[in-house]
Amino acid sequence: MIDSAAFWTAIYIVMLAAFTGYVIISRVPTLLHTPLMSGSNFIHGIVLVGAMVALGLATTPLEQAIGFIAVVLGAANVTGGYVVTERILQMFDRSGKKPQKEARK
Amino acid sequence: MIDLSWLIDPIYIVTIFFFIIGMHRMSHPLTARSGIVWAGAAMLLATIVTFFTPNLTNFALMAIAIVIGGGFGYFAAKRVPMTGMPQMVALFNGMGGGAAAAISAIALLGPATTAEGSLAVIGGLIGAVSFSGSIIAFMKLQGWLRPRPITFPGQQIANMAVLVLAVFSGICIILQPAWVPAGVAVFLPLFFVLALGFGLLMTLPIGGADMPVVISMYNAFTGLAVALDGFSFATPNYAMVVAGIIVGAAGSLLTINMAKAMNRSIANVFFGAFGATEESDVQIQGSMKPIEADDVAVMLAYADKVIIAPGYGMAVAQAQQKVKELMDLLESRGVQVKFGIHPVAGRMPGHMNVLLAEAGVSYDHLFDRDEINPEFESTDVVLVIGANDTVNPASHREGSPLYGMPILDVEHAKNVIVLKRGQGRGFAGIENDLFYRDNTRMLYGDAQETVGKLVQALKKL
Repeated sequence: MIDSAAFWTAIYIVMLAAFTGYVIISRVPTLLHTPLMSGSNFIHGIVLVGAMVALGLATTPLEQAIGFIAVVLGAANVTGGYVVTERILQMFDRSGKKPQKEARK
Repeated sequence: MIDLSWLIDPIYIVTIFFFIIGMHRMSHPLTARSGIVWAGAAMLLATIVTFFTPNLTNFALMAIAIVIGGGFGYFAAKRVPMTGMPQMVALFNGMGGGAAAAISAIALLGPATTAEGSLAVIGGLIGAVSFSGSIIAFMKLQGWLRPRPITFPGQQIANMAVLVLAVFSGICIILQPAWVPAGVAVFLPLFFVLALGFGLLMTLPIGGADMPVVISMYNAFTGLAVALDGFSFATPNYAMVVAGIIVGAAGSLLTINMAKAMNRSIANVFFGAFGATEESDVQIQGSMKPIEADDVAVMLAYADKVIIAPGYGMAVAQAQQKVKELMDLLESRGVQVKFGIHPVAGRMPGHMNVLLAEAGVSYDHLFDRDEINPEFESTDVVLVIGANDTVNPASHREGSPLYGMPILDVEHAKNVIVLKRGQGRGFAGIENDLFYRDNTRMLYGDAQETVGKLVQALKKL
């Protein structure tokens, strides 16, 4: 993020991503607001990837300790976010008109 | 080990692609489930490929941390009952914010340019606020803290002071002024303590019924913090940037929609300490008229059309299964049954829909406020189950704290039956005019028990 080309690339990316997020949510019916919120909660679990890199590059014990906490929290965000969303959507599945599916556990 | 680091960027791109497809599929109930599965698979791939990042060490620590965090997340999410979902979403969201703050801390400990440092400071601030704020929201929803607004004199000023000091320490970290010899060693811990403190102070005065706005706002915060942290690495992590920004934008829009649904500004939700004081000087004509379950059952049985308006009280009483039974019984008698759901009913966006879906109510019975409002005129009986402020006609009365909030216009129905635990007021602390109307009858008691009685009475008819 030093030179100006990289800076402007970053701005493009941020702008397009913001549009994408806006468009995605404006299409979601109120009915699905909870899974949407919990789903986007899972998506920002991508922080785990950053936490892993931060811990992997840590050299001092202090950095390692903070990195360790970051990975624990990030991993909890990802798995928890996924399981909660999946459980909620399973119920909408069941309450839908499709033939009942066997719960996948 | 073979060098597989060339795989990272292509896999990250695929990951983002599937995140977007996954969230897109979530816009329809029939495809929603597959959406999260797509996104989950993509996340798994991204996590695996990250192990190939060049120069990584501490793999043992990493593995232990993933097992601890992942294990906690998995079991906590599996074991929580559906009624506990709002606080689980808040908790996991807070953890994401905490992770983002921690990444910022590491970035700021190392050498960073002014640009990288600034982004890391902003990301750290937002992440830390989201962390402590979400934890408070979690504790309020879980009942570990009083859900009513917690206020003290001079609160706004104290909060502002903490924020200003946090920003000041952040600036000192970035610029490292010469007059502070210890520099980062002093300001970095100070910065995070202040940021965490601000999140805590900001959330304490927010009451339970405003949680839908709060949770979706902190969700957006965490997304933003993750995106900013993506820039704190020597080579920016665009998977984090894009995913974070998408969540940030989606969460912001949802937050605005939630606040709009209550006709209040976001600032009012966060700084208004709504519901801390009770309205006292309003005189309402009429009286509350109680009714017995047997009489209600007769009314329902011979109605053509019944609308059920659920609120947080239904969640508290865990009455959704009984409500489903009631719906089935009525439908078998040829009564048309619909649900009218206010956008902010419950403690998170879409809370009522989730509970009713859990009970097996198919989603074509669930209607939005704007869809259902024109139908009340032609409705014989409305059952208000544990809802209060979202059906309060005081919102049409100028000067009321609820003034201007679009409500479910249940008062237009021929008969309104309010299922309520006692005679208390709703979250907003306002008398509900609806309860005093001529066409309203009060059915007191625990919602689950009361609906159970209705079911029994209906079976005998």
